[in-house]
Amino acid sequence: MTSLLFDAPGPRAKRLNVLLNVVVLALVLVALVFVLWQFYQTGQFESRKWSIFTYPLVQQSLLRATVATLQAFAVGAVLSLVLGLLLAIGRMSAHPWVRLPCMWVVELFRATPLLILMMILYYGLPPLGFTFITPFIAVVTALTVYNGAVLAEVFRAGVESLPSGQSEAGYAIGLRKSQVLSLVLMPQAIRAMLPVIIAQLVVILKDSALGFIVTYQELLYEAKRLGTQVQFGSPIIPAAIVVGIIYVGLCLILSGVSTWLERRLRRSPSSLVHKTTQDISQVQL
Amino acid sequence: MRKKALLLGVSLVAALTLSACGGGPANDGDNTAGDSNSRFEVAKDVSLSGSPTFDAMVKRDKVIIGVKEDQPNLGYRDAATGERTGFDVEIATWIAASLGFGADQIEFKAIPSVSRESAIVNGDIDYYVGTYSITDARKEQVDFAGPYFITGQGLLVAADNDTIKSEKDLKGMRVCSATGSTPIQNIKDNFPDTKTVEFDTYSQCVEALTDGQVDAVTTDAAILIGYAAQDPDNLTVVGEPFTVEKYGVGLAKGDAVLRAHINDLFTNGNDTWTQIYDDTLGQSGTKVQQPEVDAS
Amino acid sequence: MDTLLNNFDLFTEGFKNTLILFSFSAIIALVLGGVVGAFRVSPVTSMRAVGTFYVNTIRNTPLTLIMFFCAFGYPKLQLPEISYMNLAIIALSVYTATYVAETLRSGINTVPLGQAEAARAIGLPFGQTMTLIILPQAFRAVIPPMMSVFIALLKNTTVAAGFSVMEAGAVKNYLSERGEPAIVGLLWVALVFILLVGVLAFLQRKLENMWKVAR
Repeated sequence: MTSLLFDAPGPRAKRLNVLLNVVVLALVLVALVFVLWQFYQTGQFESRKWSIFTYPLVQQSLLRATVATLQAFAVGAVLSLVLGLLLAIGRMSAHPWVRLPCMWVVELFRATPLLILMMILYYGLPPLGFTFITPFIAVVTALTVYNGAVLAEVFRAGVESLPSGQSEAGYAIGLRKSQVLSLVLMPQAIRAMLPVIIAQLVVILKDSALGFIVTYQELLYEAKRLGTQVQFGSPIIPAAIVVGIIYVGLCLILSGVSTWLERRLRRSPSSLVHKTTQDISQVQL
Repeated sequence: MRKKALLLGVSLVAALTLSACGGGPANDGDNTAGDSNSRFEVAKDVSLSGSPTFDAMVKRDKVIIGVKEDQPNLGYRDAATGERTGFDVEIATWIAASLGFGADQIEFKAIPSVSRESAIVNGDIDYYVGTYSITDARKEQVDFAGPYFITGQGLLVAADNDTIKSEKDLKGMRVCSATGSTPIQNIKDNFPDTKTVEFDTYSQCVEALTDGQVDAVTTDAAILIGYAAQDPDNLTVVGEPFTVEKYGVGLAKGDAVLRAHINDLFTNGNDTWTQIYDDTLGQSGTKVQQPEVDAS
Repeated sequence: MDTLLNNFDLFTEGFKNTLILFSFSAIIALVLGGVVGAFRVSPVTSMRAVGTFYVNTIRNTPLTLIMFFCAFGYPKLQLPEISYMNLAIIALSVYTATYVAETLRSGINTVPLGQAEAARAIGLPFGQTMTLIILPQAFRAVIPPMMSVFIALLKNTTVAAGFSVMEAGAVKNYLSERGEPAIVGLLWVALVFILLVGVLAFLQRKLENMWKVAR
């Protein structure tokens, strides 16, 4: 909790809290029992449905799918950070012929659904002669341009949130524009924006799951394949649960890194960093 | 709170990785078709001058074949053993052998119906053998060798369904098929009163049928028979096929040399064809003749 | 242009369903997210725990997987039958609600602590502190990020295309069945989305100016 909206409870509030606690717990319990009972009733806990995960080949293919997901994520993340940085610098350029195209690119790709981007790349371009597009390239390119555009805005917001005294001081000691940006503004902006940037990386990881629609064989594709194996009683729910746990685990590790970074930054003396983070962390999804 | 969640995540991943190394009841299956391939004699010193697809195969010393992996008796892959079985898989292996590639030089790639053209056009695969109907619209993007099999559109319904007896009873029903497939187009064009549901694989449609989300699954009878055979208590095929579908081998457009090679193989290989059929689809008891190759 | 005009029925049908998905999911997500957000700042420990668990699990799961579970997992549970359209709405709402909740919570956090303390000092109970002092102020701070959430929701509706909902993202499949080039149809779909997002972004700026708080 960052702020407390309520006083330390008095005796009456304490009693009410206990009562509410009991009610909430009871409701959760009822919901949980209902779901588990429904799972049990429809045979979701049958050993036949879960036994599929005991086969080495299935485990290997799950592992391979996880690696495929991570590959798309890693390449997509690195490339979109680079692209985001370039676009952000372009958008802050003094020359309109650099600034305007960068702005259009950012606005265009931010407004296009990621899935449509992937489809354009994988289904739209090959008939026009772009035959080198594999599912992996389609997924990574779409992730890169979309998240690059989003990250460009994050970097820009970070720079713009800095007090104007920073750049003025830079110019005063004789730095050139590019030096002010690369030596003074960007380092501070990136530091201020780290939590938002990492949150966006989590988005990249999750969005890689869209790859199954362009036949990229990642985790969700694997879940679908395993889930429709009839000789194991179509274990769709077990497969969704297993893959869900993997995704949540991977995302939590990433979020954990973000929390750790945030805490490290908070230790730094600059109160500025803290404030801008709070302000801007809302803007992006 | 966060820390605990993080630890949980780490331990889950660790547990998964560990279990991935642990043993299971099954043997380590081979990824390829295995022994079933030995019956095809692998040709030696094949040369197809003027076929870019073949040149690419030779260069990488491997042939990449697009197949289905969720169609029992046609193109199926057992998730537990990794073994690929079925009529289409055998045909694909036969073609590979005729081009000089043994089972260990084949990489199968599962491609759903909707992305078949792009997979061929992109060169992701060398050729595609997977219940691929020859149609004029598709011929604009890809070439076909064959046909190597003829079937027609049928209906799969729940075993306890008394209302749907044939395609005439489809009015107002929810019918499922694969996105981008010929049967779903036929339903939309000729049975306008039905509601269509589309997924990218037929097995998802079959799941929807067993769960009662749709009333019937429609596609080629050969595919449906395979599913019904897998779950005879719950599923049954009704009516007579009401269209004619010719399965061909999907090839990159313009590769006439490879196309002619495969057509010759089919024309001269009736014995092999019959043997493949008897071992796979023929086990359901139906007898059919190999169709004549359409070389035009 | 021909692709658009000849298949106008497909495009209108697709975007009609996109808008249905969008508006219903937006309303449900707003309500559900409001409840979860309230849980997350509530003084009751178990409520906070439930809220935190919900947000942390769902937000770290891809929307595609949630939709997969709704479309294929739910029918296996032999509960009352729900159409694919409604299942997609449920998935979108459940997913978006976590973002709504987080946005609300951060909005509440932007209200200076002194406000709540002042309210308590003049003797307002928790309920009144929230409804009279905190929420009206938080609401204003929340508008711009909330619109971003809805813009994301609009784009996310395309995921339903993979789960048998005939919306804008699925138009391409229907077009390729009619033998139209995929790229043209997809570019039209992208263009309409850019316009729709533009409308929402415009609205966002309007509302932001209208409710700007001088602080």
